Amino acid sequence: MNDVRTDGAAGPLEIRIDTKTYVSAEGKPVEVIRDLRLQLDAFSFGALIGPSGCGKTTILHIAAGLDPDFRGQRQIPGRGRLGIVFQEPRLLPWRTVADNIRLVLPAERSLEELHDLIETLGLGSHLSHYPGELSLGLARRVAIARAFAVRPDFLLLDEPFVSLDAAVAARLREELTTLTQRERVTTLLVTHDLNDAFQLADRLFFLSTRPAGVIAEIPLPPPRGARSKAEIDRIAEEVRSRVPGYFPDSASA
Amino acid sequence: MAKVLSLAALLGLWALIAWLVQSPLLPSPLSVGEAIVADTRTGELPFQMACTLARVAAAFAIAFTLGVAAGYAMGRSPTIDRYADPWLVVLLNLPALVIIIFAYIWIGLNETAAIIAVALNKFPNVIVVTREGARSLDPNLDEMARAFQFTWQSKLRNVVLPQLAPYLAAVSRSGLSIIWKIVLVVELLGRPNGVGFVLGSSFSLFDMTRILSYAISFVALMLAIETFLVQPLERRTNRWRRRAA
Repeated sequence: MNDVRTDGAAGPLEIRIDTKTYVSAEGKPVEVIRDLRLQLDAFSFGALIGPSGCGKTTILHIAAGLDPDFRGQRQIPGRGRLGIVFQEPRLLPWRTVADNIRLVLPAERSLEELHDLIETLGLGSHLSHYPGELSLGLARRVAIARAFAVRPDFLLLDEPFVSLDAAVAARLREELTTLTQRERVTTLLVTHDLNDAFQLADRLFFLSTRPAGVIAEIPLPPPRGARSKAEIDRIAEEVRSRVPGYFPDSASA
Repeated sequence: MAKVLSLAALLGLWALIAWLVQSPLLPSPLSVGEAIVADTRTGELPFQMACTLARVAAAFAIAFTLGVAAGYAMGRSPTIDRYADPWLVVLLNLPALVIIIFAYIWIGLNETAAIIAVALNKFPNVIVVTREGARSLDPNLDEMARAFQFTWQSKLRNVVLPQLAPYLAAVSRSGLSIIWKIVLVVELLGRPNGVGFVLGSSFSLFDMTRILSYAISFVALMLAIETFLVQPLERRTNRWRRRAA
């Protein structure tokens, strides 16, 4: 790759949320997050794991800077350029795949430079298609390509494998591993799926139910992405003993 | 094909009735056609049509630009909407004729008054439709654009306008047809030229041949604009939709 990063960009990603409340439909304040701290070293891959509805997406929004309405602090690495993959691909349906990616490119970058990225994600033959012509798996890939195209200093992924069939999800996991290692980007993955986290991450953050906070932080041994069945089982065992509330059924799948 | 047949049948019916009644109050299609050709040769018909068309274009441009801006603001901001909505309701329910009379009395019997009167008649309708479009903008795409730090120009062009396009297309179509009808009234009441003026003076002379020849010519012109300008534009903006289907 022709990506060169200055050392200045190699800061950690730190999110501290003292409290986050929102006003419910009945007009009552509801506290969704309390005393949450996340710290990710530069170029590491963290996974945020929690039961559905616990506020994972809210945390991701705060990390992305899309929700300034919270008490706490957010420190982002480097120039703070964000790449994000939302749960729904959120592509512009009236722009082709190529244009969807081109629209987010920094001024100094052209689509031709993204050849490797586009090939890794298998999008080469789909550049002239509109998002409506793509399967969900392909649309997710476009969203991932778009997130990497900005040359992010940090990358946020919101359940990028949800509602994909197992084979497609497995391939996408591999591609993501390749990309995050090659492009050297600090990544935070939000997921409810332990299997995804065990495969991809080098640090796991387990969230409590509402108001959400981190109840366990577990570093995982390298190398990530290429972990064997035995290693995954060892990780699952540790998780089972450290966070008894989480039964990693899906990890054995 | 069905369209051509249907129009031909209408023409045939007209010719038949005109032949049966044999009255100057219903001239035959042929004599109306001859009048159109004659007035086109003298340059009278093209001149009057151009006057009207210029007014239509100016009023449309003003109503569309201001209406889209106001409608967007009201659709995006509940506060603006709360304050501006009563005005909008008043304007929506003010009869076209009242607005025209006000404009002529307050501004004077001039071109400015004529165009403002027409634009003001169309303006609230543009607001209502655009506001609906602005309310239905996808918040997810808005968030995406913020996360990827789109410039406001890029967001407008790539995120907002494509979502508003169907609403703007609807408003242009209904807008053109309403505006040209009101322009004729404005011309009838206070302009020394234009199709509306000609219709007025022919009315006082009971000159049905002239009335029909001008009315038909202008309807044909508006149909041509719709077919060769509005529709192709709409097809172009909807290209992605058809491909995806």
